[in-house]
Amino acid sequence: MTEPISVTALNQYVKQLLDRDRLLSQVMVRSEISNYKVYPSGHHYFTLKDAESSVRCVMFRREAASLRFRPENGMKVIVSGRVSVFPRDGAYQLYCSRMVPDGVGELAFAFEQLKNKLYKEGLFDPAHKKPIPAFPHTIALVTSPAGAAVRDMIRILGARYPMAKVLVVPVRVQGEEAPEEICRGLDLVNACQLADLIITGRGGGSMEDLWAFNDERVAWAIYRSQIPVISAVGHEPDVTIADFVADLRASTPSNGAELAVPNQQDLRDTLAHWDARLQKSMDRHLQTRREKLGRLRTSPFLQSPLRGIQEKRLLLDYQQQRLAHAMENTVGEERRRLGRLAASLDALSPFKVLSRGYSITQTDDGSVVSEIRQVNPGDKLRVRVSDGTITCTAEGKEKHQWRKKS
Amino acid sequence: MAEKKLTFEQAMGRLEEIVAQLESGDHPLEDALSLYEEGAKLMKQCTTLLDKAEQKVMKLRTDSSGELTEAPFAPKE
Repeated sequence: MTEPISVTALNQYVKQLLDRDRLLSQVMVRSEISNYKVYPSGHHYFTLKDAESSVRCVMFRREAASLRFRPENGMKVIVSGRVSVFPRDGAYQLYCSRMVPDGVGELAFAFEQLKNKLYKEGLFDPAHKKPIPAFPHTIALVTSPAGAAVRDMIRILGARYPMAKVLVVPVRVQGEEAPEEICRGLDLVNACQLADLIITGRGGGSMEDLWAFNDERVAWAIYRSQIPVISAVGHEPDVTIADFVADLRASTPSNGAELAVPNQQDLRDTLAHWDARLQKSMDRHLQTRREKLGRLRTSPFLQSPLRGIQEKRLLLDYQQQRLAHAMENTVGEERRRLGRLAASLDALSPFKVLSRGYSITQTDDGSVVSEIRQVNPGDKLRVRVSDGTITCTAEGKEKHQWRKKS
Repeated sequence: MAEKKLTFEQAMGRLEEIVAQLESGDHPLEDALSLYEEGAKLMKQCTTLLDKAEQKVMKLRTDSSGELTEAPFAPKE
């Protein structure tokens, strides 16, 4: 480097060097906070220092929003982030992505570290979580066969839902061998399909006692289990890695047993409720039909089946009457017409004039005599008068001088 | 329809179905009766299952030949 360069170029060069460094891109620092300030921008600025050294830090608003505690000056923390240069003043600083309190020591540190790692690897993904069966047949307890936890679980499972078989898969839950045994237990239940629900856990203890459930191998064993797993570790406030991976987290072993099965009292209540509904709806069914039958029974037709026939008979009579009446009318009319005709006929009758003194003369063969040439003396004649016929013999004939007008 | 081999879960499910069906109303009487009969049977079955259920607690263990076996488990005090 013989040529002089600008400060900006220098700072840029150093920045690039630091940015390229793999270790510096993801570091964890344990230290004490000082000079903590939250700017109006929402970014947090502070210094981490120990007896000899200090380093400036910034935590941007986005990361700071996920802080679960309020950092204070003097607080011991573990900070993770990357190291880079702020070119304006040529100072390097720590860009923090996470910060956890360091009060609980090494284990908490490891816990946070593993939690972050597994979170990134997707082990806590809610989409991976399996539903807990509503009515488990066999529940495998991957836990220690001794101690209060297994007793409590068995007691509660039996009281709530005795239909489920409980299979204790004995494993050590404490000590160096514990994680391996827990994994084997989980894998075994899966490989042999021994159960349709697993509860793994243990009773309360110190963080060290519960440590097996913060083991990465256990986390993976829970993750790869095809059978749903309920984690039930320690007491209420204890949170383990297993809790994050499990399909369901129970706060205690007893709680695990409660979450695993329905309460038989609830089931009996449900059954009773359904029974009542079943009875009621059946009663209603029968009632509707009974009512329908009742209505039918009181229907006029069923009441007197002959009524229809009677009605028809009445109708028939009525029609018959109408017919007769009509007939009568017609006949009467005709009769009257006939009377009128008869009267007219009568008036025109040639016999009518007989009563006035005229007569009709007929020869033997019935022909009416109207001229003298029809008759010869000696012929028998019949003379018809108004009330009878006179038989006589022609004596002679004489022609009148006057002519009958024609 | 009323299959003896129903699990408790299936029986409960079927029972719920039957209740809903009967409540919906308009089944022919014959159907309603057979539904009711089935429901009553399931009801009894479920209750009996609950009544008769005795907690079965087993412990998994490996016998001398390395085979997995189940043995009754009584937690020690």
